[in-house]
Amino acid sequence: MLHLKLKIEKRLERFKCENFLISVVSLIISLVIMGIFIWINTGNFADVVETYKELFTWPFFPELGLVDTILKMIPLALIALGLLVVFKMKVWNIGAEGQLYLGAMATTWGALFLFKNMSNSISMITLLLIFGAIAGALWALIPAILKAFLKLDEIVTTLMLNYIAVYWLNYLIYGPWKDPKGFNFPLTAVFPKNSWLPELGDTGIHIGIIITFILVFVTYFIMYKTHLGFELKIIGDNPKAARYSGISIEKNLIIAMIFSGALAGLAGSIQVLGVQHRLQHGFSTGYGYTAIIVAWLARLNPFSAVIVAFLFGGLLVGGEQLQIVMRFPISMISALQGLILFSLLASEAIFKYRIKITKNDPIKIGGEFNGNT
Amino acid sequence: MKKVFLIVLIISLLTLSITAVAKPLKVAFIYIGPTGDAGWTYAHDQGRIYAEKVLDGKITTTYIESVPEGMESYNTIKSLAKRGYNVIFTTSFGYMDATLMAAQEFPKIHFFHCSGYKTAENMTAYFGRMYQPRFLSGIVAGMMTKSNIIGYVAAHPIPEVIRGINAFALGVKLVNPRAKVKVVWTNTWYDPATEKEAALSLIDAGADVIAQHQDSPAPQQAAQERGVYSIGYNSDMSAFAPKAHLTAPIWNWGVFYVDVLQKIIDGTYKHGNVWLGMKDGVVDLAPFGHMVPENVKTIVEVFKKAIIDGEFDPFQGPIYDQSGNLRVKTGSKLSDEELLSMNWFVDNVEGKIPETSSE
Repeated sequence: MLHLKLKIEKRLERFKCENFLISVVSLIISLVIMGIFIWINTGNFADVVETYKELFTWPFFPELGLVDTILKMIPLALIALGLLVVFKMKVWNIGAEGQLYLGAMATTWGALFLFKNMSNSISMITLLLIFGAIAGALWALIPAILKAFLKLDEIVTTLMLNYIAVYWLNYLIYGPWKDPKGFNFPLTAVFPKNSWLPELGDTGIHIGIIITFILVFVTYFIMYKTHLGFELKIIGDNPKAARYSGISIEKNLIIAMIFSGALAGLAGSIQVLGVQHRLQHGFSTGYGYTAIIVAWLARLNPFSAVIVAFLFGGLLVGGEQLQIVMRFPISMISALQGLILFSLLASEAIFKYRIKITKNDPIKIGGEFNGNT
Repeated sequence: MKKVFLIVLIISLLTLSITAVAKPLKVAFIYIGPTGDAGWTYAHDQGRIYAEKVLDGKITTTYIESVPEGMESYNTIKSLAKRGYNVIFTTSFGYMDATLMAAQEFPKIHFFHCSGYKTAENMTAYFGRMYQPRFLSGIVAGMMTKSNIIGYVAAHPIPEVIRGINAFALGVKLVNPRAKVKVVWTNTWYDPATEKEAALSLIDAGADVIAQHQDSPAPQQAAQERGVYSIGYNSDMSAFAPKAHLTAPIWNWGVFYVDVLQKIIDGTYKHGNVWLGMKDGVVDLAPFGHMVPENVKTIVEVFKKAIIDGEFDPFQGPIYDQSGNLRVKTGSKLSDEELLSMNWFVDNVEGKIPETSSE
């Protein structure tokens, strides 16, 4: 009897700038697939051209939507920077959204109650940002400890903590923190002007962008220039080897999660201080989840993360414009985002693995499919 | 030579002004949910479509769905302004501050914000007296219930919703003093799963009519599944629950949109605060289901006419609150200010309004 076996194995040869290539190819593939959908939908190829023209111009030109794109880039980039540190050691923090909420809540607490009478704007803002970062870090510390000492799966715990954070926020804005002059609407009072993040000149962009750029370098430094970054990489590549060589997985896990939570908390803090100036629903449009795609698409590289965050910000802004110009439904934009991630994962598999057909080998069963990067 | 030049100038100016007049008004809508929600956003979008049909050639319209509330919406509104839209409708409370900010930045654009209270030279706050048809739907519920427990799935504990619940409960009380209205808060405008859960929990608690202040028809479907009656909201939801749907208080935004857009075209529109009622046609009651008996229809028609003629107001005294205090004396009625800031329940409502801190 002839046995034909499909075996999936890692390619040995590597392409030049493979990671960059994968991202670009998957982007192109998803745009092509989306284009076909649009073509089928409207029956007019000119619509496809018009769609992409709109998608690639409006979000990126100063007089048009550039400011909006940058404002959306800031939280995405900050969260993604934190995420790529934990992702590097293959710990899946899905809880950035919750950590963002905690940061926003702590900042609101500070701005409306603890330091509301502070006269020095700079120290007030610094204090509030630190407050938000600490809250996010503490929220991330819970699943980190649970994983380090009880071996609880962090995907489940971080995800569930998101819901707790959302309900906590609900409790606060419907109850004790509700704006007394807000006609019972679920939102807090507007923060004192002293706590608003200053704008860069007259651009409409707040100083959160400077903080973001500083943190890009900080993250790069941690990941590539410190012992910690080296240990994280080893743990991610081979946890057993890491443990044999005396690296404490628990310690690194906790440090990385704290860093990741702090950046998400900071993003929440910046979002309420820089854009919303009060706490209410809709201050995050799922940035904590979108940032996961950003970190992944950036191949866990801090510099790419900013670029990808910028492009994704553009995608969000462009999506709204497509509704205006092309009258597309919002779901089309979500579909495009999903397509990008999907083709990214698919192209990664295609680039890194190949399928080998072997004959008459009944003893060896199944293939290997473990690890990447 | 000069004369010729002048004539040419005048003619060209004339043609310019004519083309300027003939250019259609660009109208944009910002929606909180998807247009297919069969509720709040759907109702606004029907209004948009209606206006486009009636003012054919004089306006062009567009819309953006599912725009999150808060200041981030400011950039969305601004992008419409940059694209040359002359009239912008923002159709949820949470856009109020962003709309005001945009109105101050673009004084030549007309802004209309739904369900808020802030206005400007070029910004109108508009809403409808939904409590009027809600009262009528309460009459229907009160006459149709057998268990004397009526369930009410409610979104947020804000004056708009509380006012609706009270008007509904007063309608119930008018025809059935023993019936109670049980309220469950969902804390969301649009979340079909949560809305349905809330409706089912009310049915489990004995409710045999389900009313709602939600944007999806999920509570209607829950009622139909369990074989009880329901009262819809926003638009005629009978297609989703033909066996359950008794009627629904509904929005007819088209009437309002056509009116203001025509006035803007004519250059006669004055901004301010407008609160339109049944007599303006902006709010109404959906057609009755086949299970609603004639006597119920007759009573509702009588009160409908009285409300339209201004002879009856759902909030005329005597009205008692939950703790038995007389809130509105016989012979008087609540003012608009009192209605807009209402934060207490009438005596036949079972439910709690979360307290506001006094800070």
